[in-house]
Amino acid sequence: MTTLTDIPQSQGFRLSQLIYDTRYRSITIQVIVFIAFMLVGWILVRNVTINLANLGKEIDFTFLRNPSNYDIQQTLIEYDSTSSNFRAAMVGLLNTLLVAFLGCILATLVGVTAGVLRLSKNWLVAKIMTVYVETFRNIPVVIWIIATMAVLSETLPQPSAFRGETPSASMWLWDTVAVTNRGTYIPMPVWGAGSVFVIVTFLLSLLAIWSFGKWAQRRFEATGQILPTAWIKLAIFIAPTLLVYMALGAPITFDSPALKGFNFQGGIQLSNSMIALWLALSIYTGAFIAEIVRAGILAVSKGQTEAAFALGLRPSRTMNLVILPQALRVIIPPLISQFLNLTKNSSLALAVGYQDLRATLGGTTMNNTGRELECMLLMMLIYLIVSLIISSGMNVYNKSMKLKER
Amino acid sequence: MKKSVFLGALTMAGLAAGAAMAQDSSTLAAVQERGALKCGVNPGTPGFAAPDANGKYIGFDVDLCRAVAAAVLGDAEKVEYTPLTSAVRFTALASGEVDMLARNTTWTFSRDVDLKNTFVGVNYYDGQGFMVPKALGVSSAKELAGATVCIETGTTTELNLADYFRVNNMDYEPVPVESFTEAQTQFLAGACDVYTTDASALAASRASFETPEAYVVLPEIISKEPLGPLVRHGDDNWGDIVRWTLNAMITAEEFGVTSANAPELVKGTENPEINRLLGVEGELGAMLGLDNAWAYNVITQVGNYGESFEKNIGENTPVGLARGLNALWTEGGLIYSPPFR
Repeated sequence: MTTLTDIPQSQGFRLSQLIYDTRYRSITIQVIVFIAFMLVGWILVRNVTINLANLGKEIDFTFLRNPSNYDIQQTLIEYDSTSSNFRAAMVGLLNTLLVAFLGCILATLVGVTAGVLRLSKNWLVAKIMTVYVETFRNIPVVIWIIATMAVLSETLPQPSAFRGETPSASMWLWDTVAVTNRGTYIPMPVWGAGSVFVIVTFLLSLLAIWSFGKWAQRRFEATGQILPTAWIKLAIFIAPTLLVYMALGAPITFDSPALKGFNFQGGIQLSNSMIALWLALSIYTGAFIAEIVRAGILAVSKGQTEAAFALGLRPSRTMNLVILPQALRVIIPPLISQFLNLTKNSSLALAVGYQDLRATLGGTTMNNTGRELECMLLMMLIYLIVSLIISSGMNVYNKSMKLKER
Repeated sequence: MKKSVFLGALTMAGLAAGAAMAQDSSTLAAVQERGALKCGVNPGTPGFAAPDANGKYIGFDVDLCRAVAAAVLGDAEKVEYTPLTSAVRFTALASGEVDMLARNTTWTFSRDVDLKNTFVGVNYYDGQGFMVPKALGVSSAKELAGATVCIETGTTTELNLADYFRVNNMDYEPVPVESFTEAQTQFLAGACDVYTTDASALAASRASFETPEAYVVLPEIISKEPLGPLVRHGDDNWGDIVRWTLNAMITAEEFGVTSANAPELVKGTENPEINRLLGVEGELGAMLGLDNAWAYNVITQVGNYGESFEKNIGENTPVGLARGLNALWTEGGLIYSPPFR
């Protein structure tokens, strides 16, 4: 009972405690900063609303339903000039995603190769890679994009050069691929009857390759014997599909581009603007990825290499089995931000007239409708969502590569 | 994550607010206080607006900027030029980055009404045409099915092109380009078969080619393109100043007032309209909030409409445009000014 009286009497809460009492001080500061922040935000939003109202431009998204009235060069989905502005934005978004997807793949290939080669013991190879990395990452990407486009349109032959008795230019790969200064035309597959079996066989052989890989891995772990998996996988990849294709009498044919009228017709056209953007973005981002890969490899302690050599592993196996798996843990997080950079840099597409999201929604649509704020907000939202999706997808991969603690 | 979305939205709002705040009070007062007119022009269309060898902007549209500066500030040289691509021009005007646009801009319903611009007149009646290399052997736009067409994005020509090919049931492949110069580069490199834009700009660009005779402008004119200066909605007095500066140049040509004889005529003439124009009679200048010699300054420093036309784009210049629709109404054209009264 007596112990209770030892507790000091509560003296009540005084206002000065908000500043002088360390228990409350940090809360006070946070509350004040929060209120100030909200106030600034409110002033800005209010200012925008008032000014837009004065201009007679209330926020209004109905323009998305109206016809766009313009044409787009590369459309992955059905689109013409009578389609809505919303559809035009979607066509643009798909073009953005296409070039970003292709770019991420090529940039990774280029970057990993350059990064590994830069550590090569061969002096010349290492120096060439150093020059590549330093040149490309130190010049703004938009210059690379425009330069690539200029090279493509100035050096490649015009379609008319393929014409006549003695054309000055000729098609590649047995007259199936035409490389011109308007774009590259490649054959388009035509799916005949029975082609579905060929595709199914192809998918099954992919599955077979995957399960064979698993089986070979288990066999290796159990017996220590190594199979020449690469050759076997290649055989599985080609042989069954080819056999079914032959057996069914070549159901898939190819529609090759041919010169008709002004241009090559038929086949698939890869416009030069897309190729220029794709190459420039990949090679530029590849230079950054090369540095990330190099950093990742150097981050693995030298003792690991020495231990692997001591166990008798050859240099290539040391790299593949010991160094790279550990380096990946360092490489992946910065790699994610390079992928995000590439995706966002694709908005420079307008410089070469590739109609991506920025050129449709944030370009022609915005200019024709005069809805700057709406278009910009929508575009920010879309880029944000795309980036968050890429980032979360890569984070899943990152988790799977993390050090598994047992 | 929610927070960063919110922050992004706020930043955006802030930027927009900053831009919107810039255009509070009267444009006239702002220009006079600044001592310079901010004029949005084309980055490079020979004859209409292009830098000369010394980097100074000259041209038919540029003359309009100079005329407004002469009227407002008494000095045609007090202009700050902002080269604008077709895609950013309206945003630049709406945000107050420029006081007026004199940038071969087509007057359309939606640009006037929906985009909240005020078109104050027409200084060139134009129409959209097509240019092709002669070697192509094309003589009519109806033969262009399947062609690759270079087109500036964000222009009315882009919309006309889509309409024209749809109406005539022809296919084409658009090659969108950012600017006039980029379009020329692509066209000369053969990255497109056809270049389409306003016929006046086609003539201007053909004039600047190394071998103009290797290219031909097709006879079809597929649209109406009344080009003219424009200002923002909401400042009617400023709109009046730009409108009547253009009208003063046209009226001056109609009454034979030129930069050469204006100093003589300002001493007083028999014609009351010339007197009102030059500020000898009446208070027209004061009604606009300007000096009474405003139109006199315009005519002596820049010249009348016909002088400006002949100097920049007339038949004796490389651009070589005939007056055609742009002759005075008294000579069978469409150029017409309401009376100075």
